[in-house]
Amino acid sequence: MTPSALPAVLQEIKDEFLALDLPDRLQLLLEFSNELPELPERYRDHPDLLERVVECQSPVFIFAEVDENDVVHLHATAPRESPTTRGFASIVVQGLTGLTADEVLAVPDDYPQELGLAQAVSPLRVRGMTALLGRAKHQVTVKRRR
Amino acid sequence: MAVGIDPSAKFAEYAHPERLVSTQWLSDHLGDDGLAVVESDEDVLLYETGHIPTAVKIDWHTDLNDPVLRDFVSSQRFAELLGEKGIARDTTVVIYGDKNNWWAAYALWVFTLFGHEDVRLLDGGRDKWIAEGRTITTEAPRPVPAQYPVVPRDDSRIRAFKDDVLAHLGRGPLIDVRSPEEYSGERTEIPGYPTEGALRSGHIPSAASVPWARAAAPDATFRPRAELEAIYKGEAGLKDGDDVIAYCRIGERSSHTWFVLTHLLGFENVRNYDGSWTEWGSAVRVPIVTGSEPGEARAA
Repeated sequence: MTPSALPAVLQEIKDEFLALDLPDRLQLLLEFSNELPELPERYRDHPDLLERVVECQSPVFIFAEVDENDVVHLHATAPRESPTTRGFASIVVQGLTGLTADEVLAVPDDYPQELGLAQAVSPLRVRGMTALLGRAKHQVTVKRRR
Repeated sequence: MAVGIDPSAKFAEYAHPERLVSTQWLSDHLGDDGLAVVESDEDVLLYETGHIPTAVKIDWHTDLNDPVLRDFVSSQRFAELLGEKGIARDTTVVIYGDKNNWWAAYALWVFTLFGHEDVRLLDGGRDKWIAEGRTITTEAPRPVPAQYPVVPRDDSRIRAFKDDVLAHLGRGPLIDVRSPEEYSGERTEIPGYPTEGALRSGHIPSAASVPWARAAAPDATFRPRAELEAIYKGEAGLKDGDDVIAYCRIGERSSHTWFVLTHLLGFENVRNYDGSWTEWGSAVRVPIVTGSEPGEARAA
């Protein structure tokens, strides 16, 4: 993989955002927010397994699994009252799930800044997604060691 | 004033009852001539998930902050923004939002910098409206554009800059409205992760710690006047006539406290230091104190 090549889903998400003008980028983020899947049942009663991303202003929790084939599965939950955070989590979940651990770790840390959201939602808020991505990568690093 | 005030008994206790309306009052007056309803949230997408009918959205980042300079928008831009939202200079504006009206209070404070006279908060904000099962809609309103005059922003009365705070040290009270962990300085950055941080942690010498949300009851309404007096005059030691400066991290939470001190308790000289900890905690050679005690301020 060349340094500039993004995994296909992340590239598609980026292209989708950049093709829109600013108000429509917000609408797309809202669609992502609505698409955030429910937690799998085995985590629903185990909030202790989930890691809180304290850098986000809203309560958001993520949990990464690395399976025996080194494939990453990512889960996240955030309240409905925090649609922006949910949208960010949904992008990270959709973009990373199914990648190998190596592919996840190769995702550029500044990917959230490439979606054209700085103007639509403000640079400060985009940092919340940067933190989510950072946490997800950190969890993958830790879990594949096991 | 374009629209009458809410005569609720609870508000009558406050220094400026005309600055609050109840959910019932708003429900009764939606659609009145001369009334505009504005939603202002922390979350930039929350409005899009459903809002009070006729409410327009004003976002604190993308609408009220200058995109380049660390400052609020210019007079020209403010006039354009309000005109687009259908707000005229004499419109009664009721602002509401999420999280105990945190960002709504910030928007109200910015409206006040521009001298918009009749601007009020919905007591209890978005949460109370929804908790009461009142109507929300995703239908985008189409306000009739208004002519809003280009008026100068007055930064001298209710806004404090870093030099103002330095000059205030040892001469008047400061209120730090952040969490106790931010105040004491024990909460620092987590290595490798970006935060809205500063290079040093702690608080401004002599500042009293009163986390902003203590002014709100569990249902997001403001606490009754007697309880607010006990917190700000009893515990924090403010006295009538004091010049007070409030701060937080970027000036949003302290807007809420500014509202409480100014409009509910009647302090006439309260300034919000919007540079707040993100500026003070990174500025060179300004004094700071760590730990849970206020510490000594020496007059500059």
